Amino acid sequence: MAVAVRELPLDLDAFEGPFDLLLTLVLREELELKDVDVAEIVLAFVERLAEREALDLEACGEFLVLVAALLELKARGLFPGEELDLEGLDPEEAAEELAERLAAYRRFRAAAGWLEERLEAESDRYFRLGAAPLAPAPSRPLATQEPAQLVRALRALAAEPPEPSLRHLVLTYPPLSRFLDRFRALLSSRGRFAFDREVDRLSRVEQIVAFLALLELRKGGEAQIAQAGPFEPITVWNTSAS
Amino acid sequence: MEHLRLVENPVDRLARTLEALLVIASKPLSVEELAAVTEEDSERIETALGLIAGRFREGRSGIVLEHVAGGYAFRAAREAAEACARLVERPVQRGLSQAALETLAVVAYLGPVSRPEIARIRGVAADSAVAGLVERGLIAEAGREADGGAVRYETTVLFERVFGLSDRSELPELDELAGDVEELRSRLEHVAARRGA
Repeated sequence: MAVAVRELPLDLDAFEGPFDLLLTLVLREELELKDVDVAEIVLAFVERLAEREALDLEACGEFLVLVAALLELKARGLFPGEELDLEGLDPEEAAEELAERLAAYRRFRAAAGWLEERLEAESDRYFRLGAAPLAPAPSRPLATQEPAQLVRALRALAAEPPEPSLRHLVLTYPPLSRFLDRFRALLSSRGRFAFDREVDRLSRVEQIVAFLALLELRKGGEAQIAQAGPFEPITVWNTSAS
Repeated sequence: MEHLRLVENPVDRLARTLEALLVIASKPLSVEELAAVTEEDSERIETALGLIAGRFREGRSGIVLEHVAGGYAFRAAREAAEACARLVERPVQRGLSQAALETLAVVAYLGPVSRPEIARIRGVAADSAVAGLVERGLIAEAGREADGGAVRYETTVLFERVFGLSDRSELPELDELAGDVEELRSRLEHVAARRGA
């Protein structure tokens, strides 16, 4: 079909014959390009294309490249002063450059085709590349959803969360007076007592408050305190009794 | 049964070591690499590889030894391909576009080659095709053009492995693939001569 583009018959004011020949004449400067109606060439190609059932992309591509080259040459002919882009290439050189570029591209396109075939031929060769990613699990489409259910779910999410409780952070101290009263009663009834025995069933916080009460009694001169050494039992007695 | 044990062939032992190395390697191992890690000479390595190739071949084993990408590697037997396809994905090979294949061809034949050079040959910008191929691991950066110019790219070991090439010289000659410039030129001249006659 690539041949068909080149053999596209043309019937223009300035020229009658195959497209291929037109190109050659233009490139050899035997035909003034400004006399050639490029639109008519495009029309002829499109008409030829319409006659065929299948669209040949390769032929269309080649046609586009050739017509683009023609247009470029024509534009150059219309503005004879501006030859900057083509760096003084004469039409023959330009044609050669065009043919060479097309050929180079064709070779790589063929190489790409070879790679594609090779890939197909090697498609049953499996090997490990580090950890092979597992094939994705088959997707399970969701069952039909109830809009009301979605509303309920969103409403539950939108509800104000309950205030977090800080109760566990609060330490409760028993009043100092409770121990002052108790120790005073002990001193007045027994005259002396062992501090450790009085507090050993109490919580840590209560033991601390009890000790503070003991220091308070000592400070006020109501009691005397003695301890044989660190961690030894503390004995408390009534000052007036001693 | 002690008396039945045969005297062990030292090549057998080397072959077993090579099998072990090949099974843990994530890329093909060359004879030189195998010789270095086993502290053996290349000739013995090749003999042992011959032994392994006989054991691990299509039709005899589910694992096949192949010479690919400049080295040796184990792969799955072709007859297991269907089951393999259900187990694993192949993101490298899947869905290579025409643009990607053409770009890959240019890099394979001309690499190291820069993006502007690829664009000149293909006539369109190659940026996204190059980026896609880099992401797949089929091509990789290979330095720059002189004086800090454009980054150049070349194909990777993975490219050779995926396409089952022992090296790039296995690619067909470019000129064999398509009609060359002479053919186009002579066609033009032929038509012109006919007109002149």
